[in-house]
Formats: sequence, structure tokens, C-alpha cells
Amino acid sequence: MNKRTGDPLLQINGLSRAFSNGKDKLQVLQSVSLDACEGEFIAIIGPSGCGKSTFFNILAGLISPDEGNIMLDGKKVPHLRGRMAYMQQKDLLLPWRNTLDNAILGMEIQGRHKRSAREQARELLKIFGLEGFEEHYPQELSGGMRQRVALMRTILCKKDILLLDEPFGALDAMTRGIMQRWLLKVWGQFGPSVLLVTHDVEEALILADRIYVMTSRPGSIKGSLQVSFERPRRITQADMVDCKKYLLELLEEEIMVGQP
Amino acid sequence: MKARFYNTGLPIALLVILGLGWEASVRLFEIPPYVLPGPLQILEVMWQRMDLLAAHGLVTLTEIGLGFWVALVVGFTLAVLIHSSQILEWAFLPLIISSQTIPVFAIAPLLILWFGYGIGSKVVMTAIIVFFTIVINTVEGLKAADPDTLALLKILEATPGQVFFKVRIPQSLPFVFSGIKIGVAVSVIGAVIGEWVGAREGLGYLMIHANAQLQVELVFASIAWLSILGTGLYGVVVVLERLLVPWRQRAASLISES
Repeated sequence: MNKRTGDPLLQINGLSRAFSNGKDKLQVLQSVSLDACEGEFIAIIGPSGCGKSTFFNILAGLISPDEGNIMLDGKKVPHLRGRMAYMQQKDLLLPWRNTLDNAILGMEIQGRHKRSAREQARELLKIFGLEGFEEHYPQELSGGMRQRVALMRTILCKKDILLLDEPFGALDAMTRGIMQRWLLKVWGQFGPSVLLVTHDVEEALILADRIYVMTSRPGSIKGSLQVSFERPRRITQADMVDCKKYLLELLEEEIMVGQP
Repeated sequence: MKARFYNTGLPIALLVILGLGWEASVRLFEIPPYVLPGPLQILEVMWQRMDLLAAHGLVTLTEIGLGFWVALVVGFTLAVLIHSSQILEWAFLPLIISSQTIPVFAIAPLLILWFGYGIGSKVVMTAIIVFFTIVINTVEGLKAADPDTLALLKILEATPGQVFFKVRIPQSLPFVFSGIKIGVAVSVIGAVIGEWVGAREGLGYLMIHANAQLQVELVFASIAWLSILGTGLYGVVVVLERLLVPWRQRAASLISES
């Protein structure tokens, strides 16, 4: 399943960003470049503190880069807001809204009528494994279910790019595995381009078409790996083990560099 | 369930024990009723003078109710304004806080002078005393919105109005209700002080009147009515909170179950 055909949907060229703390200047991102085709699943892995979140915040337009640019459909854009949906490790569900109303938050903000938005969301409850829980409040749901509501809210925004910032980082290993399968199913059905940030090499290998490895701070792209195996993939497949070894070696160098 | 039984059962049991001790002491030491009547006698007066107490109680309740509404509307509006502008916050908040150092007792005679012997002055008094807790709690609540949630709304391209109504207002409701609960307790004080200083009706007026005629049972009966009013209003607020802020109760009940 090679989706790398034609011009890329998204091109990120030389993004750099430094934060100054008094007179100290901390370079967080150093000329990060990558690209993504339409419907492609990209994973970005790197040691903790490599500036992944800063990178996403730039794409989301929450902070601006010092240098570099973002090209979408071949046109320069300041950020991806309006074209992307964003999901984090924190589910950010509103405690006063039940499952259904949390899921439609994005649609509601886009000006959809509540009733028609609810109807549309109701049809998707089954795909997200939330059937029978539409009236439940977030406090009454398990961590995995809450993350699925957040995923549903993200998908229902109907954007062509999904930014996922360690979305399953707070879940236990079992739930994470299940959630990864959900994500693939949903991705297959709705077909957005995905940028997934994770520190979990296996997660990246199971999910992504292409994996970028970032260096430790200041973060830049150290290398990338095309993963063309058929899905569903098993981490125990011989060729997957080879890929994992390769990625871990790349990462380990970085972790060593980070150590004093 | 067990906790609930103890929560309501124990205070009632304690109240009965205290009442019995009180009744016994009054009889044992032969305290004259114009100094301290026993609880049975007070209950008897409450029953016999039901009409009188209810009529005056209704006046006081009206004063509290209206004063509360005024405080809620003005307080909430001011809180929203204060929240919307840093300049307004700097200008208003210190004055609102320092206004609390003025005892309401001190301005009560002035309010009677300005708003008359009737219900108006009591409504203003109640509103002034309740207003503070509403403003402070609402401002606090509006500020309480989670920054990550606000960032999410920004990414979803929400308008400031959408952020306000979909996040800030619901987020502030538990805080507003905390303010209202404190407000209920002090609102009774506001109305009664107003009636003490100058009135022709109301439970506060009835107390002063009965006290002057050494009808101490009636004073106690009025106090009991005031207490019932306050507790009843508190109950109404709790029910309203359950209806309007259901997620808070659900969260609390989940915690107590585990």
C-alpha cells in the first residue's frame, strides 16, 4: 500500500524555534523538514524533550517558528489551523458534556446544528466502540473509552490532516494495543493524513507508512524509514524486528548524546 | 447509603438530645419562660401563632428572594465584565474586596433613610451582603478554565463567544454555586438586620416587637422560623445545583463508591 504518489499534500521546510529564558537561549527545533502525502500515516519518534510538542504547536498555530515554512497543497500557509484536527495525550473532554455532546464539539463550533451533528455522531458510535455509552459523562468512562471519545471528536471535525500528540501515552499497554487497532480502522475508513508523535517505536512500526526519527534537543530529523508491510502488522514479524532494531539504534545514539 | 443515614440521622439525634437537656434544665431549675422558655413551649407557640409567623415569614422570604436575585444578576454581570477586561479587574476588584470591611450594620440606617421602611431597604441590604461572594466566586470560576482546553477550542477555531458559552460559563457553574450557598446563609442575616433597624413587618420586626413585650417564646419561635427558612433555601439551591451541574454530583458519587 504505497501512497507516495504525486506531490505531497504537506511540506514542512526547515522549521526552527528557540525559547529564551532570561539571557539563556534554548534552541528547541533546528531546521526540521518533512513531508506527507494525502492519506499517508506518518509517525515521528524521538527521545523525550526533542521538541515534538513544540513542533506540533507550531503546526497548530499556537506558537510561531523563528525560521522555516509550511506548504499545504503547494501553497505557503502560516499554520494548519482550519485544515487539521489535533488530539493529545490528555483527552480534554468537557466534564459537563456526555459522550455524544463531547464528540460533536468540533462540529458545533463549525456551526453545525446540534441535532444533525448528534445524529451523525450517533451513527459512528459503533465504530468507536461507544454504543450504549452516549449518555455517559467522561467521569464515568474508562481511560480507553475517553480517548476514543476524543478520537471521535477529532475525526468528526472532518479535517484532512490529523495531528496526534502521543494520544495513547497515558494508557496501559493492553488498552494501547486495542486503541492502535481502532485508530487504524478509523484511518482506513476516513482516510485523513496522519502525523503521529510517539516515543514508542513499536507503536510507530505498527501504525505508520513512514517513520521520521528526531534527534535530541535541538530537535531535527535524523533519518526516516519507509514501512511498506501489509496491515495488520505484528511486531514479532522478522522484518519488523529488523526495522525495530534499526530505529532503536538510531534512537539510542541520540539518548547517549543527551546523557552527560 | 450507610453514610447518608448517619449524615441525616446523627444531627437529628443530637438535636433531640440537646432539646431534651434544654427542656429538663428549664423545668429542673424553674427558669421563668420570659427568661428562657423550654423547647416544647416554643413548639407550642409556633403551632398556635402559625398564621402570624407565616405572614411575617413570607415578608422576610420575599425580601431574601428579591435581594438574592438582584445580587445574582448584578454580581454575575459584574463578574463577567471584570473577567473580560484586565482594566476593569484592576479598577473594580480591590474596591469590591475593601467594601467588605464596611459592616452592613453601619449602613443599615442609611439604607432605611434612602429606601424607606418598606421592603426596598431590606432587598438592598440582602443584595449588598450576598453580592460579594457571588462576584468573587464567579470571577474565580471564569478564570478556572483549563488552558489546554482553551488551546483546543482555539485550534477548532472557536469564536470568543463560543469559548465563553461552551467552556467558561459551564466551568464556572460549580464556583457560582459555592458562592450562592455561602450567599444563602448570609442573605438571612441581611434581611433580619434590615428589619431590626426599621420595619413594620417581617420576622426580624416580629422578634424585636416580641422581645419588647417579654414574649420570649415568640422571639425563639421567630428564630426557629428563620432557621427553617435558611435551611429550606439552602435545600432549594442544592437541588438546583444537582439539576444544573449534574456532572459534579456524578463525579463525587463515583469517588465515594470506590
